[in-house]
Amino acid sequence: MDFNRIKEKLNILADAAKYDVSCSSSGSNRKNKDKGLGDAGNGICHTYTEDGRCVSLLKILLTNHCIFDCAYCVTRKSNDIKRAAFKIQEVVDLTINFYRRNYIEGLFLSSGIFKSPDHTMERLIAVAKKLRLEENFNGYIHLKSIPGASDELMYEAGLYADRLSVNIEIPTISGLKLLAPDKKHEDFIKPMLKVKNEIIRYSEERKIIKSTAKYAPAGQSTQMIIGATGESDKDIMYSATHFYKNYKMKRVYYSGYVPISTDSRLPSLGSEVPMLRENRLYQTDWLLRFYGFSVHEILDADNPNLEMDIDPKLMWALRNLNHFPVDINKADARMLARIPGIGMGSVHKIISGRKYRNLSWEHLKKMGVALNRAKYFIICNSNDWERRDLDASKIKGMILQSQNGKFKNQYTNQLSLFN
Amino acid sequence: MNSTKTLVYDGSFNGFLTAVFIGYEQKLAYADIQKKGQLQSGLFTETETIFTNLEKAQRVWNGVKNKSNSAIKNIYFAFLSEQNNMEALLYRYIQKLMGSTYKGATDFSDDCVLKINSLAQKVGREKHRMEAFVRFQLTKDEVYFANIEPDFDVLPLISKHFRNRYADQSWIIYDVKRKYGLYYDLQTVEIISLDLTDIHTNSLEKSAVFTDAEYEYQDLWNNYFKSTTIKSRINTKLHVQHVPKRYWKYLSEKKEAV
Ligand code: SF4
Repeated sequence: MDFNRIKEKLNILADAAKYDVSCSSSGSNRKNKDKGLGDAGNGICHTYTEDGRCVSLLKILLTNHCIFDCAYCVTRKSNDIKRAAFKIQEVVDLTINFYRRNYIEGLFLSSGIFKSPDHTMERLIAVAKKLRLEENFNGYIHLKSIPGASDELMYEAGLYADRLSVNIEIPTISGLKLLAPDKKHEDFIKPMLKVKNEIIRYSEERKIIKSTAKYAPAGQSTQMIIGATGESDKDIMYSATHFYKNYKMKRVYYSGYVPISTDSRLPSLGSEVPMLRENRLYQTDWLLRFYGFSVHEILDADNPNLEMDIDPKLMWALRNLNHFPVDINKADARMLARIPGIGMGSVHKIISGRKYRNLSWEHLKKMGVALNRAKYFIICNSNDWERRDLDASKIKGMILQSQNGKFKNQYTNQLSLFN
Repeated sequence: MNSTKTLVYDGSFNGFLTAVFIGYEQKLAYADIQKKGQLQSGLFTETETIFTNLEKAQRVWNGVKNKSNSAIKNIYFAFLSEQNNMEALLYRYIQKLMGSTYKGATDFSDDCVLKINSLAQKVGREKHRMEAFVRFQLTKDEVYFANIEPDFDVLPLISKHFRNRYADQSWIIYDVKRKYGLYYDLQTVEIISLDLTDIHTNSLEKSAVFTDAEYEYQDLWNNYFKSTTIKSRINTKLHVQHVPKRYWKYLSEKKEAV
């Protein structure tokens, strides 16, 4: 192995792959087979980048040669950058050697489109196949579904990969037309649909025949770029909801647009990455998937955008004060989950804890409830509660004030979700 | 008054459980259980040396297990925390568990339960960290070798994970703080202790023990780590929160930063 040459390629092809934010390696259940190498599904983050993102997979492009010219992409044909291509065996060796040293959970392989979508997809599959069949590698493999790839290839891909993804990138069809004129919306949808149908077929078959082979056990995901085309938060979240529902997506990722081009159709170089907005969208996504909210409760024609200074749950609560205050010792899980400052972990603790005694402020605090937010929305076993008849803007002001004291950098730094 | 008495055990988990058994036998309301060698007895306290007895330990283990599975896990994890006075706290926890006042391992409004839970949680977090932060280096005799220095004694907890995952390679994970390690020889995992003249951190200097290719791969990994960072999004605070500095010296990607 010529390490210097590999290093050069790795630098180019990891650099080009980093804008894909997905790094999940969980949700599969692949076991170590015949004393081979690896297993999948633990979702371990082996390290974190200096921008604070989980590193769990070796995330690279097979090549950054591309016949397309999507404006938002560094790999686009017209961009004057160094190009490189890995050989199939090189990717296999890198993956195995990184994995054996406990650096990674597996491989995330994407690619620029060279020659044709099918030709590209074939090469991606060849890597996965080699890893599984020749190396008995049972770690995680995420393959990119190349837009426009044939159904046959998408079928084969799912036999070796744990996850497949097509990035929709631009949340609106009009935006896509503007920025990627030579790509068709259907090209994205077709592989997604094929994968979805196969996942359903396989899981039906498994119900009857236990030993049915695996097909993309960690499902599929997609990504949207945020802030490249002037779309609203409503556009993004409605589109995400559509993908969750109709394509059985495991995850939708939101990626704040990082300016990489002087193209006048896009935000100029040096404009700030909308990180806070990205975080608010993830929080919203969380509310939809785990907290029982539906999208129109949070965003609609009158409120097409999230508020940046408060999280979406607090935003919803302030617009719906008629549901509050909630009695901590009586309310059901669904309502508890809607209280600002109370995460799912606390909901479970409250429900188990209150079986033994009525809970007071002290108990809630120990359970990790963020009382500075929650206190305006609840009553508990205490005579001491918020009696003033406060309106939404007053409450918001007081909460913001209490936060400003404590976490000055809340808006720029805090990328965590709810506590 | 027989309620203050120090029970001295050998430091093993079974030794601790034996001490709990003896404490119960002698109806101690409060048991001061301490590790041999770390004894800090008061002037007038009586001490008794406990000899580890597997059968007695087993009886305590089964007794707790019959009450609650999550409690047994909490007890073992909290024990591995090696915190000061953790033994006395665990004794109280077990008393509660076995006594009539006990309401459940999920009684999050009880102080003792909360404390044990949070200790167990901390140890659990360290277990996960080690599963993530172990960095194997390949020695010339084809053993993947890693040093760790965890906050808590988590080796017993990570053994299974590594055995299942790296079934086709020999490996050693060595705890330099507690001076013992796990060695997997393609068949079973054994506990070993080594005389390490040189602690193999991922230092910039090369050691003759490891293969040449080893350093090439570390170099590739460092390169990868760098090129995967998005410069316009740098967030050092978040980075350090996820990868606390005390672990850096064993992480090859942080080699230069140390
Ligand atoms: S086809 Fe893919 S790699 Fe090529 S320019 Fe478009 S987004 Fe980039």
